[in-house]
Amino acid sequence: MAFYVVQFLTGLASAASLFLVASGLSIIFGVTRIVNFAHGAFYMLGAYVAFTLTERFSGAFGFWGGIVIAALVVAVIGVLVEMVLLRRIYHSPELFQLLATFGLTLMVEDLVVLIWGPDDLVGRRAPGFKGAIDFFGQNIPSYDLFLIALGPVVLGVLWLLFQRTRWGVLVRAATQDRDMVAALGVNQKWLFTSVFALGVFLAALGGALQIPRDAVNHAMDLRVIVEVFVVVVIGGLGSIIGAFVAAVLVSELNAFGILIFPKISIILVFLVMAVVLIVRPWGLFGKPEAPARRTPGLTVNPWRPLTTNERLAAIAVLVVAAALPFVAGNYVLTVGSEIAIFVIFAVSLHFLMSVGGLASFGHAAYFGLGAYGVALLSKMAGLPMIACLLLGPLLGLLGAAVFGFFAVQLSGVYFAMLTLAFAQIVWSIAFQWVSVTGGDNGILGVWPEKWAASPSHFYWLSLGIAALAVVILRIIVFSPFGFALRATRDSPLRGEAIGINGKRIQWTAFVIAGTVAGLAGALFAYLKGSVFPDNMGISLSVDALVMVLLGGVETVSGAVVGAIVYKALNIWLVSQTDLSKLVLGGFVVLIVVAFPKGIVGTLEAFMHRRRKSSSSASSPLLTSRIESAE
Amino acid sequence: MKLTVKDLNSFYGPAHILFDIALEVGEGEVVALLGRNGAGKSTTFRSIVGLVENRSGRVMFEGRDVSELPTHAIVRGGLGYVPEERRIFTDLTVEENLEVGRQPKRAGAPQWDRDKLFKLFPNLGEMRGRPGGRMSGGEQQMLTIARTLMGNPSLVLLDEPSEGLSPKIVEQMVDAILAMKKEGVSIVVSEQNLHFARLISDRAYIIERGRICFGGTMAELDARPDIRDAHLSL
Repeated sequence: MAFYVVQFLTGLASAASLFLVASGLSIIFGVTRIVNFAHGAFYMLGAYVAFTLTERFSGAFGFWGGIVIAALVVAVIGVLVEMVLLRRIYHSPELFQLLATFGLTLMVEDLVVLIWGPDDLVGRRAPGFKGAIDFFGQNIPSYDLFLIALGPVVLGVLWLLFQRTRWGVLVRAATQDRDMVAALGVNQKWLFTSVFALGVFLAALGGALQIPRDAVNHAMDLRVIVEVFVVVVIGGLGSIIGAFVAAVLVSELNAFGILIFPKISIILVFLVMAVVLIVRPWGLFGKPEAPARRTPGLTVNPWRPLTTNERLAAIAVLVVAAALPFVAGNYVLTVGSEIAIFVIFAVSLHFLMSVGGLASFGHAAYFGLGAYGVALLSKMAGLPMIACLLLGPLLGLLGAAVFGFFAVQLSGVYFAMLTLAFAQIVWSIAFQWVSVTGGDNGILGVWPEKWAASPSHFYWLSLGIAALAVVILRIIVFSPFGFALRATRDSPLRGEAIGINGKRIQWTAFVIAGTVAGLAGALFAYLKGSVFPDNMGISLSVDALVMVLLGGVETVSGAVVGAIVYKALNIWLVSQTDLSKLVLGGFVVLIVVAFPKGIVGTLEAFMHRRRKSSSSASSPLLTSRIESAE
Repeated sequence: MKLTVKDLNSFYGPAHILFDIALEVGEGEVVALLGRNGAGKSTTFRSIVGLVENRSGRVMFEGRDVSELPTHAIVRGGLGYVPEERRIFTDLTVEENLEVGRQPKRAGAPQWDRDKLFKLFPNLGEMRGRPGGRMSGGEQQMLTIARTLMGNPSLVLLDEPSEGLSPKIVEQMVDAILAMKKEGVSIVVSEQNLHFARLISDRAYIIERGRICFGGTMAELDARPDIRDAHLSL
């Protein structure tokens, strides 16, 4: 019995940090409407800076002072980020905000390795809380008791701050209607900055307080951000009480899940989240939001199928690409195959994002499932390659069908958070289920059969499948199903009103995208001859997002160009520098701020302007003023 | 002049909404901006306080050009704005809603505080702790005006204050607006309801399809039934 009590208290202690980080995320989202993916990075920075300060300054004052100063220092960094980066993108579509803060996370990950090195750092124990308290023969670290008390204290302070101060009233008002707050004479800029500072301070404090319990390392950002997303989805984004209750719930599930179902503890949390989402999609303490007003598109060019000339041009490009083996060597062909595979992967995500309006931050899960599907089928069942290529992606389909069902219940940032959480779950299953997946060692020796083994044959195979995937997805875009999907994307309510079952359409799109991604993963397994958990990792999901963004989100098939350019750049870059995440992250931020339309979108806008200026010269009526709107 | 608007043009995306709007409001005056639904009344107000991004023209407030200022700076300068949709903070109590509107005292502008406003709108005084979401439409309309007055404005843009209110509440609204005028607040009030406008206004402009097509005193407007019938649905 005493053992269970101790386990319960350990769970509560873990909840404290989780609550600090989650409440910070919630507060920032409430006012700025930005889901700060970089929140985990600030948490991690808090821990690193606190490590340095507490090592540098001795004594109790040095320790506690170091913790608080670390949180303040990181909060100042947060303020700089807000002023330099976020202020430019408050009016951008949420996808861009998510991506920009994600790019920031990537940059911070490389920066901490650069500054503090790649090894785990073990901080010192908290003065005054070094011992443990005996509880019926079980030991409870006294620092855990301190954390357990801290959680409710912080909750109380936040409550007073929001209920009893003018600043709190302004923040609550801005959470509801920030434009009206400005129309009453309040400078939103500084309100946003101060809110961001508080949120980052809480995240960094959460990280700093972890150093007596856990080693500091450069992967702790993603671990915590996934847990935090689960917490805010369960508790309700924007609710501080919700963050508290959900943090306790998730931590206790983790604490007891390990006792009861040691292998599937992470699935337990997932199950609870799934149940909450079905019963209350807006979380336990959240409020159902009115259907979001859609940001008008960046471009107003309507989509259209390719003209005959453009089709001929596309075929010509394909023929040229197919002629590559006659001039290029094996290395170039292997790179070419990889690029073709990533074209498939990128167009599958592009289909989901641009056509379906569902920005998945965990699309690599289905890529990886396809890869593992092939590896398992060929290694365990010994099926021939053709059968593996056909059946392997079905694992991606299956995963997309299960996760997609839950994910499409949500939209916007909730959808993004949930897909990311799902992908992390799939990743950790591949990582932990060593007996089947080989864990970190992966599955080796997945080689193509003789007919496809030579680089040129494999290149043709990949190129052919990529062309097929692009054509099929384009046909779907301009099919009745595609129209229904775009209608649901543009206006869910009107779609429903003309009899479109929006959720079902989106679910179908999710499954299609997941299957195509699985196909890309299947080919990838044969290309590399092996599969690893990283084939479903976050960085791969982000790669895909960047490809789509680079090509142009608001285009029909921009991802093709985006994938080619990005992958070629990436392969070159990795060969040039160890700091690929830093460069990649900076690249993402740059695209979001400077080129939100992407390559194809920018070209299209350019062509459109030229066409318009030449046509307006001949018929001035076309540009006559519209006078009847409100 | 308290407020002078010249050559105001506004756009929503590619759509041109307002065409060369010109308005003048004198010290302590109540001016009505009359027009049908969609004529451009709300867009005119939103443009004046800087809530429409794509606009051109000049807005002079108390002799200062405010056309380039951000919304909060315009409002802080003493130009209050009461939006048509009321936009009460539904999660906040009556007192908290007023707190959001509070701004420092301003020399030369009438001063307001909670107690004075509760005298002007007695209903509000009886529900200080009630969340804005649990108030009737009329109570919300009073709260949104009171909230703007907390900023001690010297001029207020009132967007359709009588819309959707019962006749009894409209009567209270007339009294409140006249009391504001008596305190020295200049007011521009947009209306579709000519009877309501007549009770409170000194002068009127008529706006139609984004253009001002009449400007004059109420008496001058009454002398031109043709204009009235052409541009206002009664």
